[in-house]
Amino acid sequence: MFDGYAGHMLWVDLEGPTVEKRPLQEELVDKYIGGRGFVARLLFDHIPPGTDPYSRDNLVVVATGPLSGHYLPGSGKTHFGTKSPATGMYGDGNLGGHFGPALKYAGYDGLVLKGKASKPSYLLIEDQRVELCDASAYWGQGSITVEKAMKQDLGEDYEICTIGPAGENLSRFACISHDFGRQSGRTGIGTILGDKNIKAIAVKGTGSLSAYDLQGLYEAGKRAYQDIYAKPGFTGWQPEGTAGITNFINQVGAFPTRNFQSSFAEHYEQINGRQILEKIHVTDKGCFSCPIPCGKYSRAETKLGTVHVEGPEFETISLFGGNCVLKTIEEVAYANWVCDELGLDTISAGAVAGFALECFEKGLLGEADFGRKVAFGDLESLVHILELMAKRDKIGDVLADGVKLAARKIGQGSERFAMQVKGLEWTGYECRNAPGMMLAYMTADIGAHHNRAWVLGQDVTGTDADVHSLIQAGGSGEKLPKADCHGKAGAVIDSQHLRPAFDVLGTCRLQMMELGFEVEHYEELYALVTGRKKTWPEILEVSERIWNLTRAFSVREIKGFGRHMDYPPPRMYQDPIQSGPNQGHCMSEEEVNILLDEYYQARGWDENGIPTKETLERLGLADVAAGMD
Amino acid sequence: MHLTAIHENCSGCRTCLLACSIVNFQETCPAKSVLRIQGLFPEPGVYRIQLCDQCGVCAEACPVEAISEVDGVYQVDQDLCIQCLECVEACPHGVMCTHPSLEIPFKCTQCGECAEACPRGAILLEN
Repeated sequence: MFDGYAGHMLWVDLEGPTVEKRPLQEELVDKYIGGRGFVARLLFDHIPPGTDPYSRDNLVVVATGPLSGHYLPGSGKTHFGTKSPATGMYGDGNLGGHFGPALKYAGYDGLVLKGKASKPSYLLIEDQRVELCDASAYWGQGSITVEKAMKQDLGEDYEICTIGPAGENLSRFACISHDFGRQSGRTGIGTILGDKNIKAIAVKGTGSLSAYDLQGLYEAGKRAYQDIYAKPGFTGWQPEGTAGITNFINQVGAFPTRNFQSSFAEHYEQINGRQILEKIHVTDKGCFSCPIPCGKYSRAETKLGTVHVEGPEFETISLFGGNCVLKTIEEVAYANWVCDELGLDTISAGAVAGFALECFEKGLLGEADFGRKVAFGDLESLVHILELMAKRDKIGDVLADGVKLAARKIGQGSERFAMQVKGLEWTGYECRNAPGMMLAYMTADIGAHHNRAWVLGQDVTGTDADVHSLIQAGGSGEKLPKADCHGKAGAVIDSQHLRPAFDVLGTCRLQMMELGFEVEHYEELYALVTGRKKTWPEILEVSERIWNLTRAFSVREIKGFGRHMDYPPPRMYQDPIQSGPNQGHCMSEEEVNILLDEYYQARGWDENGIPTKETLERLGLADVAAGMD
Repeated sequence: MHLTAIHENCSGCRTCLLACSIVNFQETCPAKSVLRIQGLFPEPGVYRIQLCDQCGVCAEACPVEAISEVDGVYQVDQDLCIQCLECVEACPHGVMCTHPSLEIPFKCTQCGECAEACPRGAILLEN
């Protein structure tokens, strides 16, 4: 019995199908806590080395954390993972909404899916009832459409995760969608669900969760909510949510524009959080137990039609509004909806589309490839490309593999501006003059993803200010001096350890990151929920263990893995930024190597970026070290 | 005193359900809470809060007079209830509740914890 946890993981072999309820093990709970920790360790242990992501041996692991579903701010988070079809490495994503709590109330801390269903299916979980059901009626339909249909068919009280046509057609950046607008977006986990013939997972949980000290938790939870209400960001940051940072990111020249040719979009005030509130906002939409709902549900009218969509979040604004140059918030929202329905990650989709548009602009791809002319700033072009990618039609069949593989096929120097690291597309922060953030992208364990570490504020201000404070202070918009690339590793590593802490606990990090909610709350909440004691530094040690474990997973799976895998695309160290506050700035290859040298040394990795035996043993990973000999 | 819903303030976070089940059942179990949050998605994209306004329709429906009013709050007498679920059928807000682990329907006690727990002032306990 583990207080706070449901106590069991559900293992489903989709080929039987067989269902097994395995009790949690003490070592997993103690060393990995939950969520991302469970995902990382289970994938490492149970995927045979060298497994093809599209093999029956690949797994999809879903895991909540001990705090998931309990009375405390932001306990609605759930982690998903697989061996990524985009990168061939460890891949994961984090989902908000209500799915994870429902899974725990049904009696499960998580799921492990293996094998492939023989026909389109969905997994139905209603407390102790677990069945693989026929999904032929839903196959081919969009994610939003299917979620609505399944709620009508099964009941409104089911929490449902779906994939769209992109997942069915094995686009490598297909996402998992839930609650009409939340996604586990990155690394193509929706692709692997599609490969496993799983259209959806529907969960209804009516049970209760144990807590070590429920009354104490209720009181501490109330205090936590009160403390959040007192933060300036509760009324200052929350209304615009993540989109509120759009102005700041442009003012400091970090907004990917025209496939990262620039880092400043002149029309940024037409696609910011203020525009959401003034033009398209319908309601705030919160994840489970969240006091600061960043989700903005919108109704947007465009020349292509009117859509209801959750968002756009900052990342979508950045990749569609900046990178693909859509000029209005309504158009960004429309492209967001197209991706949500098709089941495409808006980040990778925006990066791939930007790449494709630049290829067209440079004459590397032509009208015959797309079936029409395409252009930056044109909504119809973008929607056309998104549909090609989701259906693997025409050039979409190449683009659906992501920019790294697409650039290999297209050639002609396109690798230079294929914006990715390790096969995962770059997200919404341009950082040729933000070396800490550049290092964060380079070394992120799943590929180029901002959520593994976010130190842009450090780069710009030299402090650890929360995001609300950064937005309040604003950026000058003036020409910025060249940044120094030395001494960046420490802040990046701290951030790389801070973020998994929330992912293992099963909570949202935004209360802390955006508002400055103190991490000490989590020590108390963890103890009251589980009856276990861990100081925050001990939780961060779990993060470091996971960070080294996922690196070891990549070393094991990618032949010749090493320093070269951490390089950014050549545009980052060869092409100066074309306009805005950082116009003319660029990294050099020498600076890239300085960043890596300092980082590897601080991590206890060798000069090729491989964790040393001593480092792995220090972190309780002696078995992993032994396997690397 | 009565509970009032300000639907447009609701973000669907369901913190109210947690508080309700903890205070009334000493359990973390939203399925045992006595109010409902309904999300109307994808269109029109709004939330509706279904809560007990102590209207008494449940008491009128009960064939054995197991539901009675005390200080403005209707309560179920567990000894008198015959589990016919007429009250559940009759409730206009769908908040005369049942749960697989409980034999007797249950309802809002007007404790006000949902209103106190709501981060957005979407539920009010008013005179």
